[in-house]
Amino acid sequence: MSYIKVNNDKVTPDIAKQLIDLCPFNAFEYTDMYLSINASCKICKMCVKKGPSGVCELVETVRPCVDKALYKGIAVYVEQRNNIAHHVSWELIGKAKELAQKTKEPIFAIIIGSDVKHMVDEALSYGVDKVFAYQDETFKDFDVEVYSRVVEHFFKTYQNNVILFGSTPQGRSFAPRIAARLKTGLTADCTMLDIKPEGDLVQIRPAFGGNIMAKINTPNHRPQLATIRYKMFNLPEKETPHGTVSYESSVVIDKTKRTKLLQATDKPQVKDISEAEVIIACGRAFKKEKDLELIQPLVQKLNAEVACTRPLIENGWFDAKHQIGLSGRTVKPKLIINLGISGAVQYIEGMKEAELIISVNQDEHNKLFDISHYSIVGDIYEVLPELNKLIDQVWKVNP
Amino acid sequence: MNIITCIKQVPASSNVQVDPKTGVLIRDGNNVKMNPFDLFGLEASFMLKSKREGSVVHAITMGPPSASAALKEALHMGADHATLISDRRFAGADVLATSYTLSQLIKHINHYDVIVCGKQTTDGDTAQVGPEIAEFLGIPHIPYVKEIIDVKDKSLVLRSAYDDHEEIVEIIMPCLITIEKDMNTPRLPSYLRKRMFKQEIIKMISLKDLEDQNPDHYGLSGSPTQVEEIFPPKKRMDTEKVTGNKTDLAKKIFDILKESRYV
Repeated sequence: MSYIKVNNDKVTPDIAKQLIDLCPFNAFEYTDMYLSINASCKICKMCVKKGPSGVCELVETVRPCVDKALYKGIAVYVEQRNNIAHHVSWELIGKAKELAQKTKEPIFAIIIGSDVKHMVDEALSYGVDKVFAYQDETFKDFDVEVYSRVVEHFFKTYQNNVILFGSTPQGRSFAPRIAARLKTGLTADCTMLDIKPEGDLVQIRPAFGGNIMAKINTPNHRPQLATIRYKMFNLPEKETPHGTVSYESSVVIDKTKRTKLLQATDKPQVKDISEAEVIIACGRAFKKEKDLELIQPLVQKLNAEVACTRPLIENGWFDAKHQIGLSGRTVKPKLIINLGISGAVQYIEGMKEAELIISVNQDEHNKLFDISHYSIVGDIYEVLPELNKLIDQVWKVNP
Repeated sequence: MNIITCIKQVPASSNVQVDPKTGVLIRDGNNVKMNPFDLFGLEASFMLKSKREGSVVHAITMGPPSASAALKEALHMGADHATLISDRRFAGADVLATSYTLSQLIKHINHYDVIVCGKQTTDGDTAQVGPEIAEFLGIPHIPYVKEIIDVKDKSLVLRSAYDDHEEIVEIIMPCLITIEKDMNTPRLPSYLRKRMFKQEIIKMISLKDLEDQNPDHYGLSGSPTQVEEIFPPKKRMDTEKVTGNKTDLAKKIFDILKESRYV
């Protein structure tokens, strides 16, 4: 096992205090002149790297190593409903192509369904090297257990390196089952991906529930699994297909289901902020629901969609569909105006790809300013009425 | 019906930052609270309990001994039993190791028909632990449950919410469900129950009580993923900071919009 060892012969009350203050997870306990680490420790190694030298050390057992050269190929699981592929799958193929250039690996698509032909063609048109298609009447509707057995069958047969999933509701329920089944690592909601020459996937996502990004590896397990949100990467250009298709036999796959889909109803189509070209986003600086009226002239003039941060959803001012961030939507508009938003990293990761970012906030040290093109230091309650006056004047001339 | 409900203690504030110069994490207070999503899971557990005579709700969590505060809260709300699983050797656990540890605890408790989890936590935000526990236990699961339609003899009928559609699904027990936010209105802790459980010492389980006692399957050793580096989010180099009085500021925004042909 691996753990952090405290060399108590070097611990003085001063050093103990220093370490207690340094640890972000309150894992140190100092009683009777003895410093110990409790179960809160996340082994972030902060005490090893930044603490007084030689006091804390990481003791690691040697782990058995996988032979990375045996695992080749970046696969994308193509999510479908009613045999229509979700677009996030094609975005992931675009990213897989970028990664594969660095490692010279083939790109695979895994397609499971009851009528897969057109999805196979679509995957090929995005430049996949090989499509693995599992077609069977029992695969018509997604069933997490049956589909997990299919992906397990795929991996055990082809021993590939990486499998990417869309971080959709289905993907977020499916990928973890496969991770547990294959006893491997999974990183959820990656906002950036890269790959090392030996094939280790570099997965970047916000971490520890704060304004921190973490670079996460799966150094000793295969396959490496990651989920990525819709709209995080661009849709690749279509090309002349060069790949091949393998229709896989599913005879050996157990198709027993313990869940039964009784009814599926489509929700009424509402305009979705993730498709919007212009977004006005509101944050906690709005004190009352009625104050949101201040943004109306701007919304109308710019023909914008309105979005918000998590606290405003919790206030009940907006439906959850309007929330930007990792627990809401990812957006990539041409223009976003952030009003009174301080910018938790979860929010920033949900909108940082916008082409033009304007942010208005009283606090000139707020995090959102770090990624904005224009940072307007001011109170929304003062700036918005002035801006509305200007808009009003133009409106009269040029409605 | 035996219901096990998984909860987690999370930091009360999300204001954790990295010092850009030293790379040290700076935390904002030591306050903790119960993961808000788990409150809906607890309430759903009580709803299930009320549907069948003689049902029992057992709240569990993994964490340091201080995490028993979250279990006490669950007891005060209405849970019948509570168990904490805690061991130094669980330190540094990623999703796989955490789910495995919880599944071992559930195997130790042994009797269960339904396992209830919140949709996700506010500190990890991954929503992965529930489905991984289900896989380790070899039982089916349904995520994002927003309504319990029927409790049958050997199955549940549930409504589940996805992005663009809803499903009504029947699932055979034993099973695991994760509860959508706002599925219900979680009850408040009751004063009477607080008094009732005043002397209660939360039961604690550690590695030595589990079926699999190999320490390499837990904590950092049992975690395939590793955090290689933490760093503050990237800053833009070309940010233009605009200060001035309200008229100047409004004029500047207006000019930017005009320049990019929005007005």
